[in-house]
Amino acid sequence: MARMKFLCDAERCIECNGCVTACKQEHDIPWGVNRRRVVTINDGVPGERSISVACMHCSDAPCMAVCPVDCFYHTEEGIVLHDKDLCIGCGYCFYACPFGAPQFPQAGAFGVRGKMDKCTFCAGGPEANNSEAEYKKYGRNRLAEGKLPACAEMCSTKALLGGDSDVLSDIYRERVTNRAARGTPGSPPWGWDTAYGRPDAPKPPAAPAAGAKS
Amino acid sequence: MIRQAFLLAVGAAVALVIAGCGERPQVIEYKQGKYQGKPDTPPYDAAPFNGNKTEWERTIKTRNQNQNEYKRT
Repeated sequence: MARMKFLCDAERCIECNGCVTACKQEHDIPWGVNRRRVVTINDGVPGERSISVACMHCSDAPCMAVCPVDCFYHTEEGIVLHDKDLCIGCGYCFYACPFGAPQFPQAGAFGVRGKMDKCTFCAGGPEANNSEAEYKKYGRNRLAEGKLPACAEMCSTKALLGGDSDVLSDIYRERVTNRAARGTPGSPPWGWDTAYGRPDAPKPPAAPAAGAKS
Repeated sequence: MIRQAFLLAVGAAVALVIAGCGERPQVIEYKQGKYQGKPDTPPYDAAPFNGNKTEWERTIKTRNQNQNEYKRT
């Protein structure tokens, strides 16, 4: 098996935040902590694009490199996990992460930070699989139940894919090939114009060609 | 007087050059850390797979393919 990865298709994501809700519900995430969130570029402008972002489980993870107590590790499947018993909540990983994945629950008054919390790819942490201790610290271990991350599995448009990176690549390749085969250069079968543009809508007048006689 | 000023300037220049030679690199060498926490068990270790890695991989692969709607329809 190759490495476990997430892949989000910006052409399909409709910013429903279903993945965010599924994650929060599945792991009983406290208020103020968002292991996953949806980021929208050019929000409200025709052609806007959204993408669901969480820990990308980097092969060469910067959080792992900067952690002063070395509490991060890679699993056999390439998932980046951490030991909350060792974490000191310093926040270095938050500054190092290009995706803003590490989250810090407010543990007390005056903004005191708790131990870091992040997406576990629904793989729990360094506790006995599916134990109560694992659920309390890291959330549910769906991988040990033979399931994939809740966010990806419940994505209604299948914009967010999660699992074996080789399989995801195959799925995405097939999807893109089908898109190109069904569409024509002027009107692809997806996107803003297909959803909102009427085919009989008046077209803007074409600019006269250079050198054309009136 | 001029001689003294000249010697003072030469002395200052020599001190400056020597101070430059004594500069040490400020960047420390990065050393990759090693995980210090508790060991984790693989996902197929406990029930329902009970250590059967092949069965676990097959299940995960099936779930993976469920994400491909071109195969489901």
